[in-house]
Amino acid sequence: NSILRNSIAKSSVRFLHVGEANILVSEVDKQSPEYKENATEMGKLVGQLKQITSQVLTGGGPKANERHTSRGKLLARERINLLLDKGSPFLELGTLAGYDLYGEEVINSGGIVTGVGRVSGTECMVVANDATVKGGSYYPITVKKHLRAQEIAQENSLPCIYLVDSGGANLPRQAEVFPDKLHFGRIFYNQANMSARGIPQIAVVMGSCTAGGAYVPAMADESIIVKKQGTIFLAGPPLVKAATGEEVSAEDLGGADLHCKTSGVTDHYAVDDEHALYLARQVVSNLNLPATNAYNDQLIHSSQRNFKQATPPVEVEEPLYDPRELYGIVGPNLTKSFDVREVIARIVDGSRFTEFKKLFGETLVCGFAQLYGQRVGIVGNNGVLFSESALKGAHFIQLCAQRKIPLIFLQNITGFMVGRDAEANGIAKNGAKMVTAVACANVPKFTVIIGGSYGAGNYGMCGRAYSPRFLYMWPNSRISVMGGTQAANVLAQITEDQRKRAGKEFTEAEAKKLKKPIVEMFEAEGSPYYSTARLWDDGIIDPANTRQVLGLSLKASLNNAVEETKFGVFRM
Amino acid sequence: TEAAASRPNIRPINKILISNRGEIACRVIRTARKLGVRTVAVFSDPDEKSLHTQMADEAYRVGEAASSASYLRGEHILEIAKRSGAQAIHPGYGFLSESVEFAELCQKEGVIFMGPPSSAIRDMGIKSTSKAIMAAAGVPIINGYHGKDQSDECLQAEAKIIGFPLMIKAVRGGGGKGMRIAEKPEDFLSALNSARTESQKSFGDSSVLLERYVRSPRHVEVQVFADQYGEAVYLWERDCSVQRRHQKIIEEAPAPGLSEELRRELGEAAVRAAKAVGYVGAGTVEFILDKEDLSFHFMEMNTRLQVEHPISEMITGTDLVEWQIRIAAGEPLPLTQSQITRRGHAFEARIYAENPRGGFLPGAGPLRYLATPKATPDVRVETGVREGDEVSVHYDPMIAKLVVWGENRMQALNSLVARLGEYHISGLDTNINFLIDLASHPEFQKANVHTGFIEEHFDTLFPPVIVTDHQVSQAALALIFNELQAATSNASSKNDSFVATPNLRLNYALIRNYNLKAQDKVYAVAVKYDGEDGNVQIRVDNGNWQIVKAQRVEDEGRLKLRANIDSNISTYNANIDGSSVTLFLDSGKLDLELLQPKFLSAQVDQSSGASRVVAPMPGVLEKILVKPGDIVKKGDSLAVLIAMKMEHILKAPKDATIKSIGGAEGDNIAKGSAVVTFVDVEAEAN
Repeated sequence: NSILRNSIAKSSVRFLHVGEANILVSEVDKQSPEYKENATEMGKLVGQLKQITSQVLTGGGPKANERHTSRGKLLARERINLLLDKGSPFLELGTLAGYDLYGEEVINSGGIVTGVGRVSGTECMVVANDATVKGGSYYPITVKKHLRAQEIAQENSLPCIYLVDSGGANLPRQAEVFPDKLHFGRIFYNQANMSARGIPQIAVVMGSCTAGGAYVPAMADESIIVKKQGTIFLAGPPLVKAATGEEVSAEDLGGADLHCKTSGVTDHYAVDDEHALYLARQVVSNLNLPATNAYNDQLIHSSQRNFKQATPPVEVEEPLYDPRELYGIVGPNLTKSFDVREVIARIVDGSRFTEFKKLFGETLVCGFAQLYGQRVGIVGNNGVLFSESALKGAHFIQLCAQRKIPLIFLQNITGFMVGRDAEANGIAKNGAKMVTAVACANVPKFTVIIGGSYGAGNYGMCGRAYSPRFLYMWPNSRISVMGGTQAANVLAQITEDQRKRAGKEFTEAEAKKLKKPIVEMFEAEGSPYYSTARLWDDGIIDPANTRQVLGLSLKASLNNAVEETKFGVFRM
Repeated sequence: TEAAASRPNIRPINKILISNRGEIACRVIRTARKLGVRTVAVFSDPDEKSLHTQMADEAYRVGEAASSASYLRGEHILEIAKRSGAQAIHPGYGFLSESVEFAELCQKEGVIFMGPPSSAIRDMGIKSTSKAIMAAAGVPIINGYHGKDQSDECLQAEAKIIGFPLMIKAVRGGGGKGMRIAEKPEDFLSALNSARTESQKSFGDSSVLLERYVRSPRHVEVQVFADQYGEAVYLWERDCSVQRRHQKIIEEAPAPGLSEELRRELGEAAVRAAKAVGYVGAGTVEFILDKEDLSFHFMEMNTRLQVEHPISEMITGTDLVEWQIRIAAGEPLPLTQSQITRRGHAFEARIYAENPRGGFLPGAGPLRYLATPKATPDVRVETGVREGDEVSVHYDPMIAKLVVWGENRMQALNSLVARLGEYHISGLDTNINFLIDLASHPEFQKANVHTGFIEEHFDTLFPPVIVTDHQVSQAALALIFNELQAATSNASSKNDSFVATPNLRLNYALIRNYNLKAQDKVYAVAVKYDGEDGNVQIRVDNGNWQIVKAQRVEDEGRLKLRANIDSNISTYNANIDGSSVTLFLDSGKLDLELLQPKFLSAQVDQSSGASRVVAPMPGVLEKILVKPGDIVKKGDSLAVLIAMKMEHILKAPKDATIKSIGGAEGDNIAKGSAVVTFVDVEAEAN
């Protein structure tokens, strides 16, 4: 199964240098019908992803957007574009959250845009309400997405910038957004605790901040408000009138003038959105973080010198192979296998990969590589997990934890091996070792579901429950406790057994009738869109972007120092 | 040396002081260095770090910025010459180069003045004297009558002597009033009467003078050289007809369209002129050449090395500064007349800090970006400034002289246009675009030059500037590359995924909008980063998306792009400086302005707009006509600014009360700084 192919030997001119022995050599036959079909089908899936994304990007739709912009306000993503450094990428998270989640109600992106981008040289978590979507009010998915963004910020020590423009909790759904632990109140709990940990909290009030929402700027370290646009109050004019009879305009009750000049609730006064975002950048530039200081120095430096004196950029060593070839290699059919090294070769720097325990437990591929110059450990599936594979995985994860090397999981797993031999070999305890290692490894972990994610395989390969810093899915992937057909068969078997015990018959037609809805349900619930709509992941990504997305995620995670790991008991 | 040794006047020179600045000082230093002669520079306060100060072996402060307090301080300069041990002073052009007093002073103090004897300067400095001397020496002069006898008979008789066409001019006249042209003798009386009437009406005086009228005059001048032993030669002629504001901007040698015989006649007349005044050193004899009949007349003699001397050097293969130094040392002329050959054709274009479309208004300011064409034996860049230097309000706004040589006129002219296109300056207005248009003008190409060339072809020389969408796209690309460069310039950006994935968005393409202003029109540019291979799409004013591929071309670290915009490939330089974008295209430079966010101007508006009057250009505050508390009416004069010897009157834009004055009389004022501020009525009300 070696992919250090003879093509290098074939080209007699090129001498394989010792230092190059870690370069993965692709064996893909791009002329094969299978490759071509895969490429076409995966291309369609990516096309669908982009099409759905473009639909979601319309926010509240043309009318709501028009109403929003006619007031001189910018749209949420426009605000983010102006907030970020020129040229900064934006690692948007959960773009399709809320997709097809509330029936008739379209809550695009969950009514909130979140992601990591660079502001004044510093990676920040940006949380921007989209007021064009139901007034920016918090649906359950909105709360979940806001909290997830804060979780990422907290785990990775990313300063938070809240671009607030929201009417607060969605009242008809107050029971699903207000009372529980991970509901609305958690937002402010997180702000307080992040601030306590030295993770800056910055609020930019660009619209309403009513009731609970008022605490976002009020609990921020520094806050900015836009004149005649931003308002902050515990109760809006209608409620005030109802409560005390006082008649007051929104601006007088909680506008920029009041809060900057009288109450002191906000610290900076902006004349418009653009100004507010500029001020937010200024706030970040004074955080006195190493990255912001370096950025400030660079700005001063570059204004003092000419373009021509700038040092040329250092080239990043890109993979040797075109990442778009992943379409043809992987394809949408999960029953067909592919060598995960072909995927690794299209993600890591220079397609260089130093494999660990290559000849042992071959269904799990482990090894070291670099991603934009950062060393990472990679764990990828090449088939079902046997005891050996699980032991190898546990060993490798321990190595990475010991050396404080971040881990990337490329998940394409039907599960651990079943059957008498496997059980006799202790697959349960060996699998548990890998799960223990994954659970306890205190290094940044990143998971990409590139194919199937089923059963305990999901656990061993760092599924959502194992708190990877970021988890992404490819559009061809599936996630469920087992495959739909298997689940249907299991249920059919149980029913048949029950019937037999009752002395009744279970016909073929009945079995078919029973299985069909189960297969359909698994089909629907296993879809990456079903997952991403519920924020089981941080987004569906184009396979061709995997390198960039992981690179950005890794870089963002390195804002936090890697800590020591203490493992639980490994059952021997 | 044997011949030189036998000469009584030989005085070896091993150190010279250059009592000048800028390109000519640098030019002299270069030749001096070649000859092993040490150099002493003098500098005014603003010139302390100038190129000429830096190039010289020694440099001495000579005073404050104003010329009268520095480069015109003859006695002080002479003292520096003696202190530093310089045997000779090279005066360059301008400043003290034609000062009789200074030449005399040098003579008295025993320091060699590298110019003619003071008597020659004096003789040539007085128009009537020089004309008389020239007439006596058989040099054709412009005939005229300036006498007191204003009788019809006398004037008619004089007119006959002068010849036709003839110009009748009011003695007190000006601005074309009281001026008439008589084409032929029959027209004379009626023209005379009409001129008298108008003159009487306009000036209360009917006296007139008569002069030969040259309908299409060309300005042709001859470079001469004379040694201390009465020998003189000419180094052919130059045509300097194309002028603006009576200043030359483009010169060529030899003058086009002259026969060899006429050239010789001109040269010999010039040599006679030099000899008639006992001339020594480099001089230029200027003639008016009638474009129609090719007759020529003496105008004046410039007793110095002229700005445009390099074109004579280019066609004769000489170094005239070397000649000056050798002749000043008492050596005989290096070449005899017959040894002076002529080869090919040369042009000089003077690059000025000025605004040709704004009436050639001179400018000043920093040379934020400066790239010149590559110097070769056929291309000379004569300049005294570097990138980052300032063109000062105190001195001549000439930035450089671009001198090119070619086998023939067409070749030289092609080279001139091409090299002008490679002269890249931003930070201030220059005349480079105008020079390109001028040198490319069909009539100029045909050598149909005369002193009224610019007026005659004004419309075609200043066509409306049309900014194309393509150019706007080119500017947007420059902005993109500049940003990319800024993001990746820092060493810590090595292997930074946030730098390596510029503008990345997941599953969609980022669109960024820029508003670029050019020629008072704002263009909305959208750039779509659609990712594939780092290419982008650009759309101007909601037009079609254009697919753009671009790459940086190595150009000594400068921003140079090779762009394929909708299948049209171009290569160009660009410079981004703050919000201004300058494109250097084959047709010249194009300035665009990146519109800044509204909040910035909103803040500026609070303190500017109608509430103050700013200096439109850098200059010296000559007079302040108001004081705080004064109430002025719209249009009232507030202050007088002098810039480049021109007066600018700052006027009140509205009825207002003066709040403060931003300087005192005599202060230097930067462009855009507030000279007068008003009490803001609105602000008061608030």
